[in-house]
Amino acid sequence: MSEETKYEGHFAVEGGNFRNAGQVSSRIKNILKDLGCDNDIVRRAAIVTYEAEINIVSYARKGLIHLNAKPDRVRIEISDEGPGIADIELAMQEGYSTASPIVREMGFGAGMGLANMKRFSDNFNITSKVNEGTRVVMQIDQVR
Amino acid sequence: MNLEKIAESLKLSVRCGANNLKREVTGGFVGDLLSDVIANSQEGNIWITRQIHQNIVAVASLKDIAAIVLVQGSEPAAETIARAEQEGIPLLVTALPGFEVAGRIYKMLNP
Repeated sequence: MSEETKYEGHFAVEGGNFRNAGQVSSRIKNILKDLGCDNDIVRRAAIVTYEAEINIVSYARKGLIHLNAKPDRVRIEISDEGPGIADIELAMQEGYSTASPIVREMGFGAGMGLANMKRFSDNFNITSKVNEGTRVVMQIDQVR
Repeated sequence: MNLEKIAESLKLSVRCGANNLKREVTGGFVGDLLSDVIANSQEGNIWITRQIHQNIVAVASLKDIAAIVLVQGSEPAAETIARAEQEGIPLLVTALPGFEVAGRIYKMLNP
């Protein structure tokens, strides 16, 4: 496989900025399409990146989405500076959310974000430190 | 079934994206929770919602949604129209309630 069929880069996401929410996911989706990734891999990478992006916008001060991709393997690493998650097991439960009423009114904060990230990735790892931030690493490499 | 036929039959008003109404509709999705739409809608779906803010366009674009239908008299925010125009996503509106819109579109797609 040639060098051109690989991509590595990172994208900054600003906390609280709902106006631009989704732009990084959209860029990543296009990058993966151009790389020649399978449609199912592109679709799931777009879903998990969107959820990660919305989480940064909703909760963190800022975050970074790091993409490392080949046509048959996409690795997405998210690290943010923010409040962190005290109880990860609880946060992973579908329906559990600490989102503000305003965020919920917009249709975010349904408590599905982390669960979706796990469900649509083939490998999912989350670590967090309260008052520091959260790190999520996801890999998508199986066509479902 | 393309969007144009659905829009005509239900008398949906086109707020933007009039050039993209020839697109085939693969099915529909109803929902106001964006995580639900992101996870469960399919490419080419027509999306029925009450949300009017610009983030619906990002969701629709990411999932290759054919069109967004705002029901029960909802009107898109100005920046939502601008963003949808940019992304080429048709925004349709109607005074009809979501239940009726979903039912009628379902019938058209599954005669």
